[in-house]
Amino acid sequence: MNSMAPLEAGRAAQGCSSAPTVLRQRGQREVFCGLTGIVWLHRKIQDAFFLVVGSRTCAHLIQSAAGVMIFAEPRFATAIMDERDLAGLADANDELDRIVARLVERRPDIKLLFLVGSCPSEVIKLDLARAAARLSKVYSPTLRILNYSGSGIETTFTQGEDACLASLVPELPAEDGAAGQSLLVVGALADVVEDQFRRLFNALGVGPVHFLPPRRSTDLPAAGPRTRFLLAQPFLNDTARALEERGATLLPALFPLGVEGTTAWLKAAADAWGVSDAAFDAAVGAARTRSIAALDKYKDQLGGKRIFFFPDSQLEIPLARFLARELAMQPVEVGTPYLHQQHLAHELPLLPDTTLLSEGQDVERQLDRCHAETPDIVVCGLGLANPLEATGLTTKWSIELLFTPIQGYEQAADLAELFARPLVRRARLEV
Amino acid sequence: MQLTLWTYEGPPHIGAMRIATAMKGVHYVLHAPQGDTYADLLFTMIERRDRRPPVTYTTFQARDLGGDTAELFKSAAREAYDRFQPDALLVGASCTAELIQDDPGGLAKALGLPVPVVPLELPAYQKKENWGAAETFYQLVRTCAAPSVPAPGWQRPPRGDARPRCNILGPTALGFRHRDDLVEVRTLLDELGIDVVVAAPLEATVQDLMRIGDADFNVVMYPELAGQAAQWLERTFRQPRTKTVPIGAAATQDFIREVATLAGVDAEPLLNARKSRLPWYSRSVDSTYLTGKRVFIFGDATHAIAAARIAQTELGFKVVGLGSYSREFARDVREAAKLYDVEALITDDYLEVEAKVQELQPELVLGTQMERHIAKRLGVPSAVISAPMHVQDFPARYSPQMGFEGANVIFDSWVHPLMMGLEEHLLAMFRDDFEFHDDAAPSHLGHGTAQRVEAEPSAPVASAPAPQMPVSSIIWAAEAEKELSKIPFFVRGKARRNTERYASERGVATVTIETLYDAKAHYSR
Repeated sequence: MNSMAPLEAGRAAQGCSSAPTVLRQRGQREVFCGLTGIVWLHRKIQDAFFLVVGSRTCAHLIQSAAGVMIFAEPRFATAIMDERDLAGLADANDELDRIVARLVERRPDIKLLFLVGSCPSEVIKLDLARAAARLSKVYSPTLRILNYSGSGIETTFTQGEDACLASLVPELPAEDGAAGQSLLVVGALADVVEDQFRRLFNALGVGPVHFLPPRRSTDLPAAGPRTRFLLAQPFLNDTARALEERGATLLPALFPLGVEGTTAWLKAAADAWGVSDAAFDAAVGAARTRSIAALDKYKDQLGGKRIFFFPDSQLEIPLARFLARELAMQPVEVGTPYLHQQHLAHELPLLPDTTLLSEGQDVERQLDRCHAETPDIVVCGLGLANPLEATGLTTKWSIELLFTPIQGYEQAADLAELFARPLVRRARLEV
Repeated sequence: MQLTLWTYEGPPHIGAMRIATAMKGVHYVLHAPQGDTYADLLFTMIERRDRRPPVTYTTFQARDLGGDTAELFKSAAREAYDRFQPDALLVGASCTAELIQDDPGGLAKALGLPVPVVPLELPAYQKKENWGAAETFYQLVRTCAAPSVPAPGWQRPPRGDARPRCNILGPTALGFRHRDDLVEVRTLLDELGIDVVVAAPLEATVQDLMRIGDADFNVVMYPELAGQAAQWLERTFRQPRTKTVPIGAAATQDFIREVATLAGVDAEPLLNARKSRLPWYSRSVDSTYLTGKRVFIFGDATHAIAAARIAQTELGFKVVGLGSYSREFARDVREAAKLYDVEALITDDYLEVEAKVQELQPELVLGTQMERHIAKRLGVPSAVISAPMHVQDFPARYSPQMGFEGANVIFDSWVHPLMMGLEEHLLAMFRDDFEFHDDAAPSHLGHGTAQRVEAEPSAPVASAPAPQMPVSSIIWAAEAEKELSKIPFFVRGKARRNTERYASERGVATVTIETLYDAKAHYSR
């Protein structure tokens, strides 16, 4: 199945002269499901536990997906369903209660438990929202129990984080009646990046600033009509919608990748707080100048290099924009699992006209295109990387882009280095 | 439902993938939701394969469930055939697709493809990876060998003067040292003057499997994976099969004798010519300190049973625990456990294994990557003997477990993590030394302080007192408690329990240093 669709919003709305098209193919999608987000979320929210209600495949996925076996005692587990659970849903609910009891006994330090739906739990229509409500009554107030779906039939990779954060939104307390406007930064960021942004917002006089998810579930930020929010990640559609339903206002911007993206993202907040251009430059100038200088040394290594993105995290378009505009790379094809026109409205017009955008995937045909293009570097998932390397292509594992601090000024050069390293390595090896 | 932190085996379709990936010219069309493609990375990352596994996934999503998922499967199967032109096609469903009951076998048959199509029924909510691999291999062998199946009642004619011929069954993709074990087994057979008709599934073709009936007997390397196919071949083609797995010095010799008998050749020349270094290394005086080391063993049945024999009879350890996640082979593990006077732990629950290790307080843990984690957290040395594995368990160097060289490898890799003999004595003698303490790692393994950094604060610690204290309220005098702390941590729990039992039996309310040594003398008889 193939279709070429004109890009309705995005570039057209920005008055881009050529009519870019999006390649949409249906076939095998070589992507993770939303459960994979647990790999970083369980580290981010330090008092939360993620219980997947699913099959052995789910458990196997999470332990294999990111080499998470480095964590001897993870804050996640799987309640593996067996035949008896399939035979009767009443029993499945009893079983779930028993498992949660055992878990709580083992980890009394946990304050927030997510029941995470999977493909099999959804196909048999096990109602985890109801189970969460039932169990909340039992364990309230020491333990809060929520649910979301990380299933592959509902979510692709980073959409799992979106679903998780969206499930937190109704739990956010209401704004204090006397409070002024506040800023909420939405999307899991490395702690170090969060701290940097907090300092910059302080310097700008923007605040109070809160982050979702918080590091501790007991520190949930308030949300309401005086909340302005910035998306730190491009994959948070449901969370953004839920916040808007609470009355919060999205501050649309580029995503904070690279110097340009970070500046535009900070500026969106600064504008909402009425910060003058001069005050803005005074507050961010030093960090911006520093990061431009740090990026400089990667221009030689990356400039002119052709890059091909397989769809993975939805970070592809902002990344391609950064690499094209700040490092003069040439994005050949930029694949994304979903193209969210509204949240990417600022990003899309900045991509070169020559870039092919593709949404969804038929992995075999995409591999054909990749081999035909022979790009200098391919961004792809772990299943494809070594096979592509073996054919002589240079690859960058996309999952590393989720596990590494890449947002903000101080990380712009680190982000460039992630792409430069595979090229440097290939040039260096003589075997 | 089962609460699972780590799973020892993947679902059964992962087993099918291990067969498809091991072979040449076989393609697997898997009806599975988006996300199940994670399985590719097991092969491309953990095993570092340079090719994608030969698997096409339908990767259906929620919107497909309302429509025609059967049609999606058919188009995926047809396109996979057109693109990859396999010699045989495996078709099946993963756990979620099993629930929507599209019948991949029937759908694929209806396509009328010009190659054998093997429908796989792998019940994902009952069975696991190794069973899935065994079933897939069996079905594939059956399908490929079908044209040459002899009539019922057929007997294998005497071989006459021809060289004996056998098949080697069992090595798969993503197997623990399968690649190197196969080399080792081939070498032994070659030295015995036995020809190999087919080694499968690793590197075998569909055409190879069609000739599988030509061999006189079968060598079964891993019963979990090849036992089912070997039993069918025995019934159908009158091919006897080996029962001995050649892991360990003695087991390798037993294996040579067994194979020689099946082949009708003389084992003695090979037994005299080739030896493992393990027996001499084990007898050399340096190894004295290995004597009676308490070892806990857990893994798949084949490797756990073999490890127990080596540990007890070839290295002089004491097996204090033996277990396996291979429920299908529970009986064999229980039989083996009797030899060491322990009760077999048959479970696929990581938490149970963890509790057992804590309870037994072994000095060495031989297990999977999971047990390596348990051991690491408890500060006990460990070595990996079985799947599930990590990328580091696929070493670049030749590193078999089977055969004479396998025994050498095992000696090195199990002894290496332990404290060397003299160092251990010094540790026991000078316990107050600020650099010699319970957390210190063997000096040849680098800085010991790094050993426990991964443990989380909430994790239970091995050296903590045993969870169930006797009901009697026995009090420890401060100096007795201090004396107890001078006993090495791995036996401290046992010493505490023994002392308290001794005290409670004698109605002693307060344990003093005297009580401690009275108990020591009492139990040392």
